[in-house]
Amino acid sequence: MIEIRNLTKRFGPFTAVDGVSFTVKRGEVLGFLGPNGAGKSTTMKMVTGFLAPSGGTAVVAGHDVIRDPLAVKQAVGYLPEGAPAYPDMTPESFLDFCARVRGLRGQAKRQRIAEVVERVHLEGVMRQTIETLSKGFKRRVGLAQAILHDPDVLIMDEPTDGLDPNQKHEVRQLIREMAPRKAIVLSTHILEEVEAVCTRAVIINRGRIVFDGAAPDLQRRSRYCNAVALTVRTTGVPAEVLVRELSSIPSVFTVEGVVSRDGVHHCVVVPKNRQPIAPEVTRAAQRHGWQVESLAVEQGRLDDVFRDMTMSLGGAA
Amino acid sequence: MSAVTTVQQAQGGGDAAAAPAAGLRRLWALSNTGPVFRRELAGYFVTPVAYVFIVIFLFTTGLFSFQLGEFFERGQADLRPFFDFHPWLYLFLIPAISMRLWAEERKQGTLELLLTLPIPLPAAVAGKFLAAWAFTGIALALTFPMWITVNYLGDPDNGVIIAAYIGSFLMAGGFLAVGQCISAVTKNQVIAFVVTVVACFGLLISGYPPVMAFIKGWAGQPVVDAVASFSFLTRFESISKGVIDLRDLIYFGSLIVLFLFANGLIVELKKGK
Repeated sequence: MIEIRNLTKRFGPFTAVDGVSFTVKRGEVLGFLGPNGAGKSTTMKMVTGFLAPSGGTAVVAGHDVIRDPLAVKQAVGYLPEGAPAYPDMTPESFLDFCARVRGLRGQAKRQRIAEVVERVHLEGVMRQTIETLSKGFKRRVGLAQAILHDPDVLIMDEPTDGLDPNQKHEVRQLIREMAPRKAIVLSTHILEEVEAVCTRAVIINRGRIVFDGAAPDLQRRSRYCNAVALTVRTTGVPAEVLVRELSSIPSVFTVEGVVSRDGVHHCVVVPKNRQPIAPEVTRAAQRHGWQVESLAVEQGRLDDVFRDMTMSLGGAA
Repeated sequence: MSAVTTVQQAQGGGDAAAAPAAGLRRLWALSNTGPVFRRELAGYFVTPVAYVFIVIFLFTTGLFSFQLGEFFERGQADLRPFFDFHPWLYLFLIPAISMRLWAEERKQGTLELLLTLPIPLPAAVAGKFLAAWAFTGIALALTFPMWITVNYLGDPDNGVIIAAYIGSFLMAGGFLAVGQCISAVTKNQVIAFVVTVVACFGLLISGYPPVMAFIKGWAGQPVVDAVASFSFLTRFESISKGVIDLRDLIYFGSLIVLFLFANGLIVELKKGK
């Protein structure tokens, strides 16, 4: 549904987006990740026809954004960063305007607005001006606008930014519900979002793609993949001994994050090359007579991978 | 259906057949001038802007024609003193309307929303302009008690009065087009206001007698005529005498089109910044 080919944007001597290419199919939710200023918003602005690319193009729902931007705008639902809406209008009049622009009239228009309003729970605030609404409601107005014409392609720039945890949960729930029927791209710098809703992740740094793959693959790149978080109770065994014993297991790379209190030690055992080490760690505990209070195998830490990928190219700009 | 086949369809043989369809779609999308117009016009009335503007406009037109214009003292049944002040009222009131047209969109971030909805830029520009123009038309129409008064008191030439209303409306459109264009340059409404007042002042006074006398001092009559022909004042005065010259209509019409075209270019060029 979305094919981005070698998309490039230069502002004077500065290259904001540098040859970005990826595709998104129906049913996919692509998390577009990157530090602030990496080029996420600029890419989205080009794909939705707001900014003209300096090079490359994007084909959205079968329409080339350079040759036929209008057709792309008709096909896409877009939530710009910060969910802008006219503050003097009420959600009612704002959605009416958006529906008219989308070519909806009369009964079809009323029905569609009612459906969307129910979907994002705007019923109680339809006659208040948008400027008086809370951040969560404002975001929902923006979402309602984006899904009003039931687009096949949905592009959202930081849809959950600045929302409280309950509101984030609601937005993610909504995205998950819509996901099977649409191609969705959402940008974020919140990594938990990728785990929560995305089927795929693209990481961009300084205008270039540094990772493109499934979200679990991204986690598997972490050095903490298959690491074991261990809490044991011992009879006066010092933490140093514990660390030494665990480190002596051949498949263990290092032991970190040691916290000890009243003979209870907590630590994270990091494996070499992400190999499973839980059995060895368990055996070691049994052999030394440590009482295991909890043992958890980690999937990998996204923020760790993210830092690795976006800092290695000469640090944060 | 995979993304790849979709792309090939769009790129390959589908293009020739799709071209007229795309053209029609583009043409049809111009009808989105309508929703933009509606939204903008309704926008004046949901805030106090409309009411403040209309009240001040009516009050000042009345004040000027009765006090400064010596409406009664002249003893003539016409609306000359009323219309004579319109250019100078517009000079300050029209920029107050036009300053927000694009500056506010940029400030609020709604420009990105507006231009990613399926609204062609010409439709957005025209919708905004027509709404603002219709709004000044409403304010102008609400001065009808002046017309009733003069008809009650005497026997004026109503043809001249209608011509003057048309002239005043066209002049308001000219000011608005200039102001809307300048509003696209900045995010700051105060700057938009001040620059528009200065630009409109230039367009007005190029036909003001003292200015013409000044130019006459060092340039020939053709230069004076050329400068004066750019003036709103000269055009408006000839229309408000009851002479609707096609050239004056073309002048205002082409001035409006020119500034709206420039407006579109400026929005296009500045939208990424």
